[in-house]
Amino acid sequence: MTDVLVVAELTEGQPRKTTLAAVTFAKQVAEGTGGAFDILAIGEGAEGAAGALTQYGARKVLHSEVGGGYVSETFAATVAKAADGYGVVAACASSYGKDLLPRVAAKIDAGVASDISSVEVDGSDLLYTRPMYAGNVFGTLKITTDVQVVTVRQSEFDPAPEAGSSSPVEAFAAEDGGEAASKIEVLSLEVVKSERPELTEADVVVSGGRSLKSAENFENVLEPLVDALNAAMGASRAAVDAGYVPNDLQVGQTGKVVAPKLYIAVGISGAIQHLAGMKGSKTIVAINKDREAPIAQVADYFLVADLFDAVPEMTKEVEKLKAQG
Amino acid sequence: MKILVPVKRVADPDNANKVKVSGDGTKVTSDGLEWKMNPFDEWSLEAALRLTENGSSKDRVGEVVLVSIGPKDAVQTIRQGLAMGAERGILVESDDDSLDSHVVAQVIAAIAAEEKPDVIFFGKQSADGDSNVAGTKLAEMLDWPLVNYAMAISTDDEGKSFTVKRELDVGQQTLKVQSPCVFTSSDRILQPESVKNGVTPADFAYPESEGGRYASLKGIMKAKKKPVDEKSLADLGVEAKRVNEYVKFDLPPARSGSTTFVESVEELVQKLHSDAKVL
Ligand SMILES: Cc1cc2nc3c(=O)[nH]c(=O)nc-3n(C[C@H](O)[C@H](O)[C@H](O)COP(=O)(O)OP(=O)(O)OC[C@H]3O[C@@H](n4cnc5c(N)ncnc54)[C@H](O)[C@@H]3O)c2cc1C
Ligand SMILES: Nc1ncnc2c1ncn2[C@@H]1O[C@H](COP(=O)(O)O)[C@@H](O)[C@H]1O
Repeated sequence: MTDVLVVAELTEGQPRKTTLAAVTFAKQVAEGTGGAFDILAIGEGAEGAAGALTQYGARKVLHSEVGGGYVSETFAATVAKAADGYGVVAACASSYGKDLLPRVAAKIDAGVASDISSVEVDGSDLLYTRPMYAGNVFGTLKITTDVQVVTVRQSEFDPAPEAGSSSPVEAFAAEDGGEAASKIEVLSLEVVKSERPELTEADVVVSGGRSLKSAENFENVLEPLVDALNAAMGASRAAVDAGYVPNDLQVGQTGKVVAPKLYIAVGISGAIQHLAGMKGSKTIVAINKDREAPIAQVADYFLVADLFDAVPEMTKEVEKLKAQG
Repeated sequence: MKILVPVKRVADPDNANKVKVSGDGTKVTSDGLEWKMNPFDEWSLEAALRLTENGSSKDRVGEVVLVSIGPKDAVQTIRQGLAMGAERGILVESDDDSLDSHVVAQVIAAIAAEEKPDVIFFGKQSADGDSNVAGTKLAEMLDWPLVNYAMAISTDDEGKSFTVKRELDVGQQTLKVQSPCVFTSSDRILQPESVKNGVTPADFAYPESEGGRYASLKGIMKAKKKPVDEKSLADLGVEAKRVNEYVKFDLPPARSGSTTFVESVEELVQKLHSDAKVL
């Protein structure tokens, strides 16, 4: 029997959808071992966030108000205290989960399975499978410590559906952060806002590469296609480095991992580090001048064309199709 | 300012699709692939070098110490970092199979106790294991503050404190942190004006680059004479006890189907609609 504590991710007092990937993992472990799972909402506005997380089947939802903005130094102390009695502490492998959970693990002497793609209950063991080598090998591991810390890949765990029951909510007293916490302070937080679907949650992603050549071309050439498809916009590292789009749009080994129904790579060569972030997509389309570009290794459909001709034309075709209903 | 940079050697990550799994699934083999410095560590090393030099005159104004944990051959990775400009290296001997992020964090904690650096600058992840754990665990073991995914770093008091911008999935966060502290870096740390140390002229910009600096011939010659200490885990009083046990490795399933080359946009949209049913 393994009980799981899910650490919710909050932005501006609201739970992010990443939390629901971790809940799905927690349910799998709890169901497989006959245990239960609880959710901890921590941060500014935690009580309100806890209220928004009562519909997913947790035994209870805890909330702990920790101020001063998120830093792992203050949050980890409280999460570590809340972790008492659980077999597994889990969160999504977002930049938040990957920053916070290893610190929690060090506090409670736990091993970490990072960015897992699946879990299997094998007798009294939990077997975690995770992508390695930029997604070119899948390793399956056991953790030998009593308490285990896990971060889960959002694209591999569907968001938990509402369970129809309502979990009780309880306050949990925050713990002081100690020495490290006194040496770090948040000066500011800039949250990027977009009208478009979130990159990691969209059914369709259209990504542009270095070949777009400018921020203006992203706006004038790529965005109309993105919007016609009601898609999220992504980018290669080269496009982000060049300043064409903000860094939160990067797809790949260092960026976000996406697995939409449709991924369209526009003028992206398909370097191994880019593929690491999108090759789990269901249907992959490449639009590229170069028929030999490595993106062909994963593309289901490949249009050899100049993007500056093809993309505006595709936008029109998609709109035509939509008009037909 | 003294900066410790842990560097790992990894099988050439640009050819990671050529790694294989042994017949019984218990080992990953990278035969035929060159060993490279983990690119994530190379970025952090580049940032550490920028923090400890006058970027314009290239005079060194601090010390960068490299640590690698691995077999004797891993000294090559240290030499590469010395050729880029680091002052000295420490090789902690161990076979690769007895390591995981937990053991690495323990080893670096023991080295930190001896070296007393102002900053430990990790790579965010090993390009082979892709764990992204060691730096954060180490920070907690030392009870030091940590900034993961630093995209810009500046100091105006010789590294007693830093203002650091870090990359988040939802945007950016700016922090003030007192040393000693731990950093990891994002790709953006290599941008021309990401690192400011109060010594390099304020208007100086590094050239655009996607990785660390190349070693000059002079750098390579000099590196041969720079000191590299060899230590064992026993010297450091670390008992290498892994907490992660891999039970098997698999190659990912191949993507089903082959690539259909389409002739026109019209054909593409029609196929996405009728065949793939995604439009
Ligand atoms: C450690 C590490 C981590 C990395 N992480 C990431 C990551 O997370 N994400 C990522 O994307 N990259 C990452 N990279 C960088 C990666 O290796 C590549 O450099 C990058 O993905 C290349 O971007 P690109 O495809 O836009 O540019 P390029 O490789 O320059 O490709 C441009 C493509 O556009 C095509 N093209 C040019 N003009 C046109 C036109 N008019 N019409 C149609 N096609 C055209 C070309 O044929 C070419 O295929 C990482 C690298 C390292 C070392
Ligand atoms: N064998 C090693 N020797 C030196 N540093 C290492 C080693 N393994 C990991 N590291 C450091 O720890 C970081 C994170 O590693 P990981 O947790 O394995 O993804 C790497 O980027 C390196 O900076």
